Amino acid sequence: MQNAFQIVYLIPLFPLIGFLLNGLLRKHLPRPAISLIGCTSILASFLMSVWVFIGVKNGNTHVAEYFDFIRVGKLVIPFAFQIDALSSLFLLIITGVGFLIHVYSTSYMHGEKPEHFARYFSFLNLFVFSMLLLVMGANYVIMFIGWEGVGLCSYLLIGYWFKNQEYNKAANKAFIMNRIGDLAFLIAIFWLIAKGGSANYSDLESFVTKLSGTDITVITMLLFIGATCKSAQIPLYTWLPDAMAGPTPVSALIHAATMVTAGIYMIARSNILYSLSPLTMNVVAYVGLATALLAATIALKQNDIKKVLAYSTVSQLGFMFLALGCGAYTAAVFHVMTHAFFKALLFLGSGSVIHAMGGVQDIRQMGGLSGKLKVTFITFLIGCIAIAGIPPFSGFFSKDAILLSAFEKNPVMYGVALFTALLTAFYMFRLLFVTFTGSFRGTEEQKHHLHESPAAMTIPLVILAVLSVIGGLVGIPEVLMQGGDKLASFLSPVIAAHESPNPVSHSTELGLMGLSTALVLGMIVFAWVKFKNYKSKEETGFGKVLENKWYVDELYEKIIVQPLQQAATFLKNVIEKNIIDGLVNGVGKATQYGSRQLRLLQSGQVGSYVLLMIVSMVVIFAFQFFLRK
Amino acid sequence: MLINYYIFLSLALFCIGIVGVLTRRNAIIIFMCIELMLNAVNLLLVAFSKMHHLTAAAADPNAIAGTDAQIFVFFIMVVAAAEVSVGLAIIVMMYRNVHSTDVNFLNRLKH
Repeated sequence: MQNAFQIVYLIPLFPLIGFLLNGLLRKHLPRPAISLIGCTSILASFLMSVWVFIGVKNGNTHVAEYFDFIRVGKLVIPFAFQIDALSSLFLLIITGVGFLIHVYSTSYMHGEKPEHFARYFSFLNLFVFSMLLLVMGANYVIMFIGWEGVGLCSYLLIGYWFKNQEYNKAANKAFIMNRIGDLAFLIAIFWLIAKGGSANYSDLESFVTKLSGTDITVITMLLFIGATCKSAQIPLYTWLPDAMAGPTPVSALIHAATMVTAGIYMIARSNILYSLSPLTMNVVAYVGLATALLAATIALKQNDIKKVLAYSTVSQLGFMFLALGCGAYTAAVFHVMTHAFFKALLFLGSGSVIHAMGGVQDIRQMGGLSGKLKVTFITFLIGCIAIAGIPPFSGFFSKDAILLSAFEKNPVMYGVALFTALLTAFYMFRLLFVTFTGSFRGTEEQKHHLHESPAAMTIPLVILAVLSVIGGLVGIPEVLMQGGDKLASFLSPVIAAHESPNPVSHSTELGLMGLSTALVLGMIVFAWVKFKNYKSKEETGFGKVLENKWYVDELYEKIIVQPLQQAATFLKNVIEKNIIDGLVNGVGKATQYGSRQLRLLQSGQVGSYVLLMIVSMVVIFAFQFFLRK
Repeated sequence: MLINYYIFLSLALFCIGIVGVLTRRNAIIIFMCIELMLNAVNLLLVAFSKMHHLTAAAADPNAIAGTDAQIFVFFIMVVAAAEVSVGLAIIVMMYRNVHSTDVNFLNRLKH
């Protein structure tokens, strides 16, 4: 299997070639060629990833160094790829889900003009390239390159329909908010290099002796701030729901399945450092829990199908951070994987619904779609069951692992997390019932137009649905099956096994599983009763607060954006106009005045020249004589 | 021998030359004043040369120290003569053009 590792650079190279081809030839390629290039490049890297994955599964790891990216003094930062359990798993998720979404996009975006179609696919390929760089890099600097690349692609794709000013604003918001996290990430890298002298993952273990406790806490906190931005955690999550302005497959790929999990990848990658800083771990856990709860409450009352899914994503990411904060890195990575399956499925399903509805995203105008959109309905239902966490669907295993880790850390945390999980079940089934059951609430024309999506869209849905069902079987907890947690043993070389301070007995564990499953089922029935015949009505009181997302955007507007704008206005009107302009104009005026006076010296009279000459000479002599000792 | 007399004499000559250059407008007179200044310098050079030579000769009768300034004076004279020939030619040309030797007529230097 060594030869798979030797050509590992091909994995990111294929999407890069796809990006270049589609990007440069976008005005000349016909639509089928664009689709072919876009999809084949990802398929090729998916096949390579599978090959590499098999190699890793057989126990091999590899660090491929290509050249020195930076060499300054003693600091050497190689351009190197690291292939181990963690990165190979992410490679599979990115290229696998990425490929399905590319295939889906060929049909979803068919209404676009060829050159825009090509632009879309080139951005998507560039995104996959950057994301692969992010997970394959063997040090934080290469990860940062990918990190910035995915941020750029996210911006480009959110603002894909650039003629709509609102979408551009959403793209700007995502990009600018991400800058905050990027800065923190960058400072963390600098700190690491300054104190430890290297940014390689392989040196992380030796850092333990080099870095003081404070250093580790600061670095991990800064990395975490970087992660909160990319992975949409409190307080920097507001960009993600707005990012739904992009095309739906983009939301599925970037803002649900892959890019937003970069923060989790980063923390899981740095788990050695994080395990040494209990303070940061606590912060991570609490921020994750708070985000999960807050986003889940907001999702309860959203009426835009994509917004519900967006807040659900934020909430699920919160769960992952909760797991990271509890030290259960494997559970977090497990949830990243299952979440990638069912959230991509749900987003693509919503895309199919939006497609059928002719662009309408408001669930209040839908209803009763299950009859016309059979495949979409069934796959969406599977996605909902998976995310709600009913055994044996994938979400159950990963969410259960997270809940268990929370229980071991703190039962109160477990309670809040369980409550959030119930909210998850409730809002997802609210979405399902309001959209697919009851009677149709749109116009007659829309009703006439309703149709199932073409095969290019439904086949990815079906594949993702199958994965959502069986994806959890790689991580069956020990209590249910001896040696069932294959994922944990696969990841064990990279991630130290989670040793719980106060492990729970098997009976408690089973009890917790039973409890959460029973409560989730109850929640689903409750949602069914409440929403099977949904009638839209104006929200009042608390519901209105939730519908308006706790007014967080308005709060940010008031406390950050407006003061900033006022400061900018002040700078523009007072500092700029009076001081800066005054300085610049003053220099000009002084020069003009001075030259006008100096000009008079040149009279043309020989006598005056001679006089000046003599006076100057006398002055120079006097100077020499009196002042020079 | 008192060197002071020579210094004061050449200083006086030099100042007369300067004042002449500054105050007179006739080009020929200005020219004469310039010559005056040159000769004031020559006088000073010769005086100092003689003084240094006398002190050196007192110790060694065959000394030639201090005589180089007198050679230098000859150079100045030669240069002054050359300058006179050029300067007078300019003045002649000027007279041909403006029918005057008044330097204030030549205030076009600024253009």
